[in-house]
Amino acid sequence: MQAGSDRADKPAQDDPAGVAASDRAPVQGHGAPKLSIDATRKSTVASETATIKARAESLSFHYGPVQALKGLNIEIREKQVTALIGPSGCGKTTFLRCFNRMHDLTPGTRYEGRIVLYPDSLDLIARNVDPIEVRMRIGMVFQKPNPFPKSIFENVAYGLRVRGRRSNARLEEEVEQALRRAALWDEVKDRLSMSGLSLSGGQQQRLCIARALATNPEILLFDEPTSALDPIATARIEELIAELRDQVTVIIVTHNMQQAARVSDYTAFMYLGELIEFDNTSKLFTNPGQKATEDYITGRYG
Amino acid sequence: MEPADLGQHISRRFNEDMERVRTRVMQMGGFVEQQLQQAVDALITGDSALGEQIARDDYKVNQMEVEIDEECGRIIATRQPTASDLRVMVAIIKTITDLERIGDEVEKVGFIAAKLATMEKPADNYREIRHLGRLVTEMVHDALHAFARLEADEAFEVARRDRKIDEEYEAIQRQNITFMMEDPRSIRRALEVMWVVRALERIGDHAKNICEYTVYMVHGKDIRHLSLDDAERQIRDFARSRQGS
Repeated sequence: MQAGSDRADKPAQDDPAGVAASDRAPVQGHGAPKLSIDATRKSTVASETATIKARAESLSFHYGPVQALKGLNIEIREKQVTALIGPSGCGKTTFLRCFNRMHDLTPGTRYEGRIVLYPDSLDLIARNVDPIEVRMRIGMVFQKPNPFPKSIFENVAYGLRVRGRRSNARLEEEVEQALRRAALWDEVKDRLSMSGLSLSGGQQQRLCIARALATNPEILLFDEPTSALDPIATARIEELIAELRDQVTVIIVTHNMQQAARVSDYTAFMYLGELIEFDNTSKLFTNPGQKATEDYITGRYG
Repeated sequence: MEPADLGQHISRRFNEDMERVRTRVMQMGGFVEQQLQQAVDALITGDSALGEQIARDDYKVNQMEVEIDEECGRIIATRQPTASDLRVMVAIIKTITDLERIGDEVEKVGFIAAKLATMEKPADNYREIRHLGRLVTEMVHDALHAFARLEADEAFEVARRDRKIDEEYEAIQRQNITFMMEDPRSIRRALEVMWVVRALERIGDHAKNICEYTVYMVHGKDIRHLSLDDAERQIRDFARSRQGS
């Protein structure tokens, strides 16, 4: 019943000259639900003790003439789980994909602003930064499990081999480590040479998580990782995300709001390409600062 | 949170579920209020049959509490309410506990009213109890009104009245001590009267709790265990911080 810290309600600090608030006219006409947004009640989490792992600064993104992200400012805290929620088309997946340059191959797209990765203050979307380098540091797990049509072992070893790992003993050890971290080892240790595609959907997803973990990424991105899984497999993935929190920074996009509430420490609510509210998860789900957030998470559209 | 916000879910059945359970809380509150009113009347008019009837009917209050609890459990399980919806559910579950306890106190009053009806009435015909009973009944009524209408300001005002009730309780206690010293034959009756005023005083505390749940429900801020002045100041600051710059 605690209503959360009052500090959490300070207006956006690093919103330069109100960039995020200026372009407030919502884009209508593509079937997006109408939500009321009060620019004066925009809330963001004031810097707390947790270290900042990444920071989006006035991040905008365009698909040709369509602007999908409008000047986002958000801080991702290290070794915490940050959930992105919002209705379809709000830009949350677009935002997630910016983190490992997934848009680079789509023609006509354009980034503006910066995504700074700490501690070395690398701008992830700078032109001169190699997307391969970015992806080495930031792993991604997709909506549908997508193991390679290779053995379980090779699926996990793939990223390590790309990074030039040759010694077999070392490789085996690292593959086992990754499978253990993905809570899959006990189920597959006797059949590592079997195809990754022979596993169940939930196991395949954990295999993909093991594959992503093998290279020790600093941030792990999850794009609706459980939407294709049954409740039991979903629960295992959620457990896994909770355990991973100690080791890696996690950003997760989910349509399942209860899932966001369960697994994340911080939640960002996005709508029509803008960040509407960012706060501690417990605060956002019990007493959001914005009417639009309230309407969305309680299942009301005005 | 505005009263109008309670509806307007995408799921109309969710609206209906919430509305139904809120209506049942108001029915329960209305019944408890009526029981309280009648228990005080029974005592003052010396109507032992009415007193007994009140005490017997407490089971209805208990039954309503159980039913509303079940309904809330069902809504939580099927709808996973969040934010203001969740606060409404939490506030309802806690409010009906206090209503049920008010019911228990009323049962005591009814029972004692039946007993006192067999004794000689005091010269003042329980004037103090009549007065305290009216204060407490109004407080319960207004607490429920604020709860139903999501009126946090009214809830604050009602909660403040608990102080007055506590003072009345103290005053009646002192008066009864005087009676007992003056005339030891009145001790038995005076003790029963003390049980009644004690029950009424407790009902005031429960009504205050309901007011606190209303503030929580509306503002999302838990003000229990704070002085009302501190609570009101915090709510003001809280509301201002939410309005931003």
